[in-house]
Amino acid sequence: MKRPEPVQVIKQRRDTALQGLVARIPYIQFLGIQFDRRGDELTALLPYADKLIGNPMLPALHGGATAAFLEVAAIIELSWTALWEGMEGDTGVTPVVILPKTIDFSVDYLRTGLPRDAYARARVNRSGRRYASVHVEAWQDNRARPFAQATGHFLMPTPDV
Amino acid sequence: MEEPANAELAERRRRIARAFISALPHATALGMELTGIGAGRAVISMGYDPRFIGDPDTGVIHGGAVSALMDTCAGAAVMAHPSAPKGTATLDLRIDYMRPATPGQRITATADCYHVTRSVAFVRAVATDDDTSRPVAAATGAFTIERSS
Repeated sequence: MKRPEPVQVIKQRRDTALQGLVARIPYIQFLGIQFDRRGDELTALLPYADKLIGNPMLPALHGGATAAFLEVAAIIELSWTALWEGMEGDTGVTPVVILPKTIDFSVDYLRTGLPRDAYARARVNRSGRRYASVHVEAWQDNRARPFAQATGHFLMPTPDV
Repeated sequence: MEEPANAELAERRRRIARAFISALPHATALGMELTGIGAGRAVISMGYDPRFIGDPDTGVIHGGAVSALMDTCAGAAVMAHPSAPKGTATLDLRIDYMRPATPGQRITATADCYHVTRSVAFVRAVATDDDTSRPVAAATGAFTIERSS
């Protein structure tokens, strides 16, 4: 039997792949979104910034910033799943990632987004050859009290075109 | 000549328009400009900016930035409704992305608050780039309405 790879080698490969994916997208950098990885599980992090505020009187996060955060979390989760399968699968070849395209995205605002850090996790409910359906939830202080959730449909990239 | 009530509404709308340009930090950060406001209607546009790119291979703006534009525009349409709400917040917003916006072009959203109840507003919005005959995205949403009591 083949010896398992050293843990640092595995971690470095996975973190490099994730960073490569995230660093390429300017809008993720603009919003300051980061990703925390535990094995294949990702948590998106939106550190608080004044420019994310929509209503300065409350103050509250802008609904558009929340929607963008959820959509970023969903797209990265989808791309990461494909990346992971290529990287950790039989071939061991890290595939070139072509980003999925959003078909529709429906956001449900459950509570006011407070002026502090937010977190999000996405779940791919169905991923076929052409279409994928992803659900994503965002919370702040309390994981059990999400402040927004969304469902989106995505067109998966076709590698042969 | 305008009725006093209409003049009051028109003034209210101009006030909202001014407030929108400067008061929403996220809208300012995205370079949004309110270019039109009427009874339950708003037009807001956002210039192309490389920082808002979502797909580096094509240079197309991220859907999230379009969402922020649609949400802002829909909220402005609610505030501009003749029933004069005191405040509003998004309950839900669904966006259909019909085609990628052409890189380099300004995106303009037009929102129509077509029905309000005492506590809810219903809004439709559409976004276009230079080719106004083929919308880039469409949105429908429900918003809360805060009434002064």
